[in-house]
Amino acid sequence: MSNWDILWDERAQFLSGFLSTLEIFGLSIVGAFVIGCGLLYLLEGSRKRLTMPLRIFIDAMRMLPFLILAYLLYYGLPSIGIRLDAWWSGVGALAVYHGCYFAEIFRGNRLTFPPGQIEAAQAHGFTKGKLFFRLLLPQIIMQTRPLLGNQLIYALKDTAFLVIITVSELTAAANSLSSTYFIPTEAFIVVIGFYWAISVAMEIIIKQCGRFSAKRGFDNV
Amino acid sequence: MSEANTSETAAVSIHHLSKSFDDVEVLRDVELEVKTGEVVTIIGSSGSGKSTLLRCINWLEKPDRGSIHIAGQRIGVHEDGRPMPVRELAKVRAQTGMVFQGFNLWPHLNVLHNVTEAPIHVQGKSKREAEELATALLEKVGMSQKHDSYPNTLSGGQKQRVAIARALAMQPEVMLFDEPTSALDPELVGEVLAVIKDLSAEGYTMVMVTHEMAFARAVSDQVVFLEKGLIIERADPETFFTTPKTDRVRKFLENHDTPSSA
Ligand SMILES: Nc1ncnc2c1ncn2[C@@H]1O[C@H](COP(=O)(O)OP(=O)(O)OP(=O)(O)O)[C@@H](O)[C@H]1O
Ligand SMILES: [Mg+2]
Repeated sequence: MSNWDILWDERAQFLSGFLSTLEIFGLSIVGAFVIGCGLLYLLEGSRKRLTMPLRIFIDAMRMLPFLILAYLLYYGLPSIGIRLDAWWSGVGALAVYHGCYFAEIFRGNRLTFPPGQIEAAQAHGFTKGKLFFRLLLPQIIMQTRPLLGNQLIYALKDTAFLVIITVSELTAAANSLSSTYFIPTEAFIVVIGFYWAISVAMEIIIKQCGRFSAKRGFDNV
Repeated sequence: MSEANTSETAAVSIHHLSKSFDDVEVLRDVELEVKTGEVVTIIGSSGSGKSTLLRCINWLEKPDRGSIHIAGQRIGVHEDGRPMPVRELAKVRAQTGMVFQGFNLWPHLNVLHNVTEAPIHVQGKSKREAEELATALLEKVGMSQKHDSYPNTLSGGQKQRVAIARALAMQPEVMLFDEPTSALDPELVGEVLAVIKDLSAEGYTMVMVTHEMAFARAVSDQVVFLEKGLIIERADPETFFTTPKTDRVRKFLENHDTPSSA
């Protein structure tokens, strides 16, 4: 029986790791996206007492290695009385960490947003919330699409760190099979294939979304 | 719409309006009354405060002193001096329709949705009602073939005509135009002026900043000349263009090859 046959027999473990990674990834990028949008909205405000701490928070997150944040949430939070299981610690860490990156990407684009469009909206009676959600945010998302796509790939790769806080995802499956049967090379080649498959699928989706914005003159695909 | 308004209140009335930017007085004690159905043109050299005056009318610029009423309603602050809550300000603002030099269309929305956006999401009109109105207005500005186009595919003249329809869709008491043709290639100026001229014939109330002297002369009921933030001359267009009272205006008109007659 070849090493590959062993892995084929254990395909259920890969599959459940794969599904678990997909689930963690999906949930955390939705969370990250919402956090990114939320931070962008809060940074729109003119009150320094709110925006300053937020900026510091975002910068602090971006300068933190992801793994340390995951450790902090999983091993550190219980000491202040908050106990999350490994799975939720992982999802939470991914969402917050990449949410800050999303916010930074949005913010960079926001700074170059044509002020005339905002004035036109104000002149037409738009108030802050509607202006943000209907006019600013959709354009900022269309314009930052390639950067967001990149960030999603980083987020996918960061899911692999969660093996260290005992989340059973794709890398954990490979890890356990490789040590049970001592076939690290083959086991890890299989998970590389899975990660690539997710990445490629994501690239295609992001690229398709590009058509939508290209039609509006935001970029060329 | 404005022509239906038969009350005595002016569409816009401005009293003792003053505004400074870092110690430079850009508007000085401006008094201006625009009656319903009237077209008022503001003329003046660059930096004289024309845009600032127009932008104060819908509170895009906050005046330092004075009062502005749109159809009898105070904008920006309450009569007793309390600042106006944003929602209320937005409501009064929606009584004005502004057309910008740089169009400022929303590029992620197609032509039809640029026009229906504010009626639906600011005024709460139903989608159907807003689209009917938008269709009629786009027809009026000659853009009915372009409902589904996105702004990036339009010429400057077309963009400006859509922007006019967008402002009209608010059914405002007064339309404000800030040099609506200054960003256009010369061959596109005519199509936009023709639209504005039609509006004036239909009785829309308009305040317009323009450098198109012949046009100002043809459509205005009142011409106002701003110089360093002061209104130094105001008159009906015939008087203004043929027998200006001040040397300053005479000089200005000489430099702007004025039409000898309308
Ligand atoms: N936001 C601002 N901050 C500081 N100064 C300003 C601001 N807006 C306008 N100004 C100044 O106020 C003066 C009047 O400007 P305004 O734009 O009203 O002139 P204008 O008559 O419209 O000129 P133009 O014909 O060039 O458009 C100018 O000196 C200008 O530099
Ligand atoms: Mg100006």
